[in-house]
Amino acid sequence: MTLKTEPVTINIGPQHPSTHGVFRMRVTFDGEVVVDVEPVLGYLHRGSEKLAEERTYTQVVTLTDRLDYVASMSNNLAYVLTVEKLAGIKPPDRAMYLRVIAAELMRIASHLVFTGFWLNDLGALATPLMYCFREREKILDLFEMLCGARITLSYMRPGGVFQDAPEDFWPALHRFLEEMPNYIDEYEGLITGNEIVLVRAKNVGILSAEKAVNSSISGPILRASGVEWDLRKADPYEIYDRVKFNIPFGGVGDNFDRYFVRVQEMRESLKIIEQCVEQVEPGPVRSEVPFLVRPPKGEAYGRVEAPKGELGFYLVSDGGIAPYRCKIRSPSFINLTILRDILVGWKLADMIVTFGTIDINMGEVDR
Amino acid sequence: MTTSLSGQELSQIVSEAVPDSVAEWNERDIFIKPESWLKVARLLKEKAELDFAFLNAVTVVDYIEFFEVVYHLTSLRHNHSAVIKMRCYGREEPAVPSVVSIWQGADFQEREAWDLMGVRFDGHPNLKRIMLWEGFPGHPQRKDFLR
Repeated sequence: MTLKTEPVTINIGPQHPSTHGVFRMRVTFDGEVVVDVEPVLGYLHRGSEKLAEERTYTQVVTLTDRLDYVASMSNNLAYVLTVEKLAGIKPPDRAMYLRVIAAELMRIASHLVFTGFWLNDLGALATPLMYCFREREKILDLFEMLCGARITLSYMRPGGVFQDAPEDFWPALHRFLEEMPNYIDEYEGLITGNEIVLVRAKNVGILSAEKAVNSSISGPILRASGVEWDLRKADPYEIYDRVKFNIPFGGVGDNFDRYFVRVQEMRESLKIIEQCVEQVEPGPVRSEVPFLVRPPKGEAYGRVEAPKGELGFYLVSDGGIAPYRCKIRSPSFINLTILRDILVGWKLADMIVTFGTIDINMGEVDR
Repeated sequence: MTTSLSGQELSQIVSEAVPDSVAEWNERDIFIKPESWLKVARLLKEKAELDFAFLNAVTVVDYIEFFEVVYHLTSLRHNHSAVIKMRCYGREEPAVPSVVSIWQGADFQEREAWDLMGVRFDGHPNLKRIMLWEGFPGHPQRKDFLR
């Protein structure tokens, strides 16, 4: 006797704890194996690009906070860099150092969020997340000293930063830099060699380098697939050409590589911050820029290496006080392109783990 | 440092391989005729000295008289970049060829451009709305969209 079976379509999300926000997937299974995935987006769509057309260049900074809300500093940086490129503004040296310190702290915080939630997806409920959030809290405290906010920071402005770091910021940063390597060792001791993690993550959800490049994948996922491409090295902005650091990259492109690249990146970020603290000199933190920036007619594409990948802004100016067009090239959105390719053929349990390693943020996907 | 190829260099290479495909060029970028865009795109990706394997972004800008479709490309091997543009006229249903078959990364971005700007990408395997729901009236990112 033969059993008659047929594929089953299941809806996952938008209110599902493992979909990192309001992401929704329509997944078709043959038994336990994934045969088709269709991402459904737009539940958090606010029309940020259109909103930006109605605001002045300085006001748009607050909109960028709400893109990837666990990495607001990187969004601020990408945006102000593009405005500076468009209007030909040169920020002072100290401002550039402060921005890089802030952006690298943000990268550590974002990767900590990834590590915690990924372990959550793996089934290690809540405990690893609390460990990671313990350190993230310290970074948020540092940001509170810089600008008074913890999540929606709006610290950067075209032409510099909002204000200089207060006196007590530097000793607090120093303390953080001393403690953090031990904490990363702690995570590595718990996760990197953990047998359950290795079995679940090694050789699962493999993404080839060729496929990754063709699908415009950027950031840690691209590097985990073995492509040594980091905008901080390939196209240095701010003061990244004055600091020494390595680009961690993987060989296989599986889930474990995607996790491990991020952990190593945290260590590299600490190195960058240390060098910045040594090199930074007193001086002004904001160049003379009018509140209403009026860039000449033209266009500019600026990009930075955000924690999730290449974050780009394409601004078109018609000579007015607001951008004529503001396109946001968000890494999370474009990284989802390969979702179907890396999930099909794997089992239901691997699906959640693999999806977790793409590390999306819905604020950025839907904009 | 990523060097950006000038419009002159690019237009020379492109018009040599695909005659009568460049509509216009200036210092920063070149304008391709939509009908020859697929051939040009394949050339940009496959010609060894160009090697534009990485598509950064697909953008549509509404200039009222026409829509401008902008492609930002980067070569990871040679570390250079280029800006390719296309103009399409008419507000009813402007269309350009889709490049999903060449760069898969264009998939979601073309769908987004169709959804919000109303520019049709011919040959896209799954061209439907991505941010808004099916049945939404109009394309809200256009300059003449009224609430």
